[in-house]
Amino acid sequence: MIRIEPRTGTSRVFSFVIPILSAIVALALAAVPLWFAGANVIAAYGEMVTGVFGSVFSTSEMLTRATPLIFTGLAAALAFRAKLWNIGAEGQLYLGAMAAVAIGSGAFDVPGIILLPLIIVLGAAAGAAGMAVPTYLKTRFGADEVVTTLLLNFVILIFLQMMLEGPLQDPMGLGWPQSSPILDQGMLPPLMDRMRVHSGLIIALVAAGIAQFMLARSVWGFKLRAVGENAAAARHAGIRVNRSLFGVAIISGGLAGLAGVSEVAGLKGYLTADLSPGFGFTGIVVAMLAGLSPVGVVVAALFIASVFVGADSMSRAMGVSSFIADLIVSMSLLCVLVGGFVARYRIVRADAGKAPV
Amino acid sequence: MTGETVLRLKGLTKKFGPVVAVDDVSLSLCKGEVLALLGENGAGKTTLMNMLFGHYLPDAGTVDVAGDNGELRPLQLGHPQAALAAGIGMVHQHFTLAENINALDNIVLGSEPLLALKRDRVHARNKINAIIERSGLQAPLNVPVGRLSVGERQRVEILKALYRDARILVLDEPTAVLTPQEADTLFDNIKAMTREGLSVIFISHKLREVLAFSDRIAVLRHGRMVGELPTSAADEKAIARMMVGADTPETARTEVVPGSPVLSLNSVSVAGRSKRDTLQNVTFEVRAHEIFGIAGISGNGQTALANLISGLAEATAGSIHIDTSEITKPSAEVMVRAGVGRIPEDRHREGIVGAMSVAENMVIERLDDAEVQTRGLLRRDAIRRNAVELAAEYDVRGPGVTAHARLLSGGNIQKLILARVFDRAPRLILANQPTRGLDMGAAAEVGRRLLEARERGAGVVLISEDLDEILGLADRIMVIRDGNLVAAETRDRERIGLMMAGEPA
Repeated sequence: MIRIEPRTGTSRVFSFVIPILSAIVALALAAVPLWFAGANVIAAYGEMVTGVFGSVFSTSEMLTRATPLIFTGLAAALAFRAKLWNIGAEGQLYLGAMAAVAIGSGAFDVPGIILLPLIIVLGAAAGAAGMAVPTYLKTRFGADEVVTTLLLNFVILIFLQMMLEGPLQDPMGLGWPQSSPILDQGMLPPLMDRMRVHSGLIIALVAAGIAQFMLARSVWGFKLRAVGENAAAARHAGIRVNRSLFGVAIISGGLAGLAGVSEVAGLKGYLTADLSPGFGFTGIVVAMLAGLSPVGVVVAALFIASVFVGADSMSRAMGVSSFIADLIVSMSLLCVLVGGFVARYRIVRADAGKAPV
Repeated sequence: MTGETVLRLKGLTKKFGPVVAVDDVSLSLCKGEVLALLGENGAGKTTLMNMLFGHYLPDAGTVDVAGDNGELRPLQLGHPQAALAAGIGMVHQHFTLAENINALDNIVLGSEPLLALKRDRVHARNKINAIIERSGLQAPLNVPVGRLSVGERQRVEILKALYRDARILVLDEPTAVLTPQEADTLFDNIKAMTREGLSVIFISHKLREVLAFSDRIAVLRHGRMVGELPTSAADEKAIARMMVGADTPETARTEVVPGSPVLSLNSVSVAGRSKRDTLQNVTFEVRAHEIFGIAGISGNGQTALANLISGLAEATAGSIHIDTSEITKPSAEVMVRAGVGRIPEDRHREGIVGAMSVAENMVIERLDDAEVQTRGLLRRDAIRRNAVELAAEYDVRGPGVTAHARLLSGGNIQKLILARVFDRAPRLILANQPTRGLDMGAAAEVGRRLLEARERGAGVVLISEDLDEILGLADRIMVIRDGNLVAAETRDRERIGLMMAGEPA
């Protein structure tokens, strides 16, 4: 018979070791499908590494890919710390992107110097609004935010398609469902010549730093942690739980909105309905891999971006499907969940047959 | 009680990780005997009984049980089925009944073959009725258990054990949820059953009932058997000393004249979803220098009253004043600011945030203080210093003030809460079941702090199920029953017990 007992002393080392171990195990497990696909496993991993770190360009591509993941990872991590389950970062990302192109494509007469700051602020506000609504429904009516935020993703996506074939459609776009491009003054400046990596990365890193500091050092972060860890005790101690939830909802939605701003104003320049290959959802994996720590989010986002970019390059070189990247990302999430369980509990074999009789 | 031995535990030991919960305990039980197993929380009583019943597998030791012919035979350990087959029945502190089916089905449940096509209910009913007749354990059999009173549910639990032909019955804190009268009836029933040859082990930490109803007393401390003596040779002080390992300090109270009211409730009602959070037209005053005790069986509106004073519930009628100012928009924040110190009933759920540090838990009620924060940023050094001082003053022991609060023991969690509450020198203190689950040392400390606050000039509302605690601490007593408060004009425990049960005194 097997029994599960909670561990008496959970070491802090676990919180570093488990994500790293999970990442390694996930990479190792990927060898199985690679082998099935008939690839030389060693060479394939080699291709992945050079695909990310082989040149300045490949590394800059990885950083470009990591930028929206840091934003959505932070969005998930902060909300999850308060046990507010924001599964809607994908939709909030598109809200942010829509706000960015609505302001940035010249429809309004805005002085050039404040155009970019305005895009950033309104993009964040649009994402925040997208999270404020389900949070209101939760605090007012008890509607489960997992359901509402998840379903709002689809509502927002359909709204986006409507906008892209209506008010936001580019008149010069030959009827394609895409928005007018953002004016040059409204674009986030690139960080390096002839590379795609842009200053959205800097904003993301600063946001992670601020989040880390506020969570540990501010009264706001104290309240957020208390509400997340034990809402009943927080309420009893006089902390306004709903207000804390709203605060974190606005920040979380705002960060997801910034992911959209950064993609559209930093990278693409215009908005289409396939702007995000699921950054909002991958952000959840990033947050979990990071143990919901903002600084951890940066590391986890770099890892997952490396997997995506590396797998792309590997699939080109070895002729295996690039879906292997999704596989590795999913497996690393599963490994982290299993690892978290192992950290908190231990499995005891209670062999009844050997009982002293 | 001089019958042959029916149960013999020898050298039982159980470790949980590095903690030795039960250490080489030997014990025997005679036919028809009532053995009281005493000890503080964490002394290993429940662990020992769980090993006997097969819930835990001991690391060492043996159990022998008498068979039908009276011969002692080794019991296969780690198997509840084997314990049941050997005639051992256990009634847990927390009942294990299915609330949606009736008592009869609950009793029969588990002792019928799974795949039988027809159930022999007539036979079952006859057998149960015969047991009820012999033991006097009355319980309605045809009503869903969810509608039975706590006392009735407990009798159903015992009937369930007897239905399985238990010859040895283990009762884990059987009177924790009963009124004094119900407890007396229960022990009368137990006596009746022991005359028929049933042997009983009951776990308790109420010395009074142990002395009144047991034949023999065994005391556990820190997992070891520290004493075993016939009840006739025992007295309360001696047992208490055995349990704690030292004399418990007497709580000294001085005569103080009560001052002006610090809390007044005027015809206050709270409409709740259930009986436990409903109050009906309650009026009382608590004055400075006074401990106001509220006795009652749990679930009679104590939760509503505590939530009201904590600021977590709103009155649907009536008015509440703290000092002389009316509380019109109650919230936990408002109550904290008004100088109300609250010791919650469920200290794990409402008292602390387990995954935050001891130091953070000590300042969680005063995040606005300049000592705790400047411009929204936490003053971490000041918070840590404050915690170190309070931990020393209130004797909070544990792995340090930066460790998670959940790593503290129950008694130390309560001391953490006491430190947080008393450090702010509150005008009014709400202590809801403040000693529940605490060992005698920690409980005495709570009593001492409450008396100290009373002397300093605070008003204290003490809600407790433990009538002895109320009688020991309170200056004035009211009884809560079905959301109504009635003044107890007496300090007679019998008459207050009757009032708790809903009969006019």
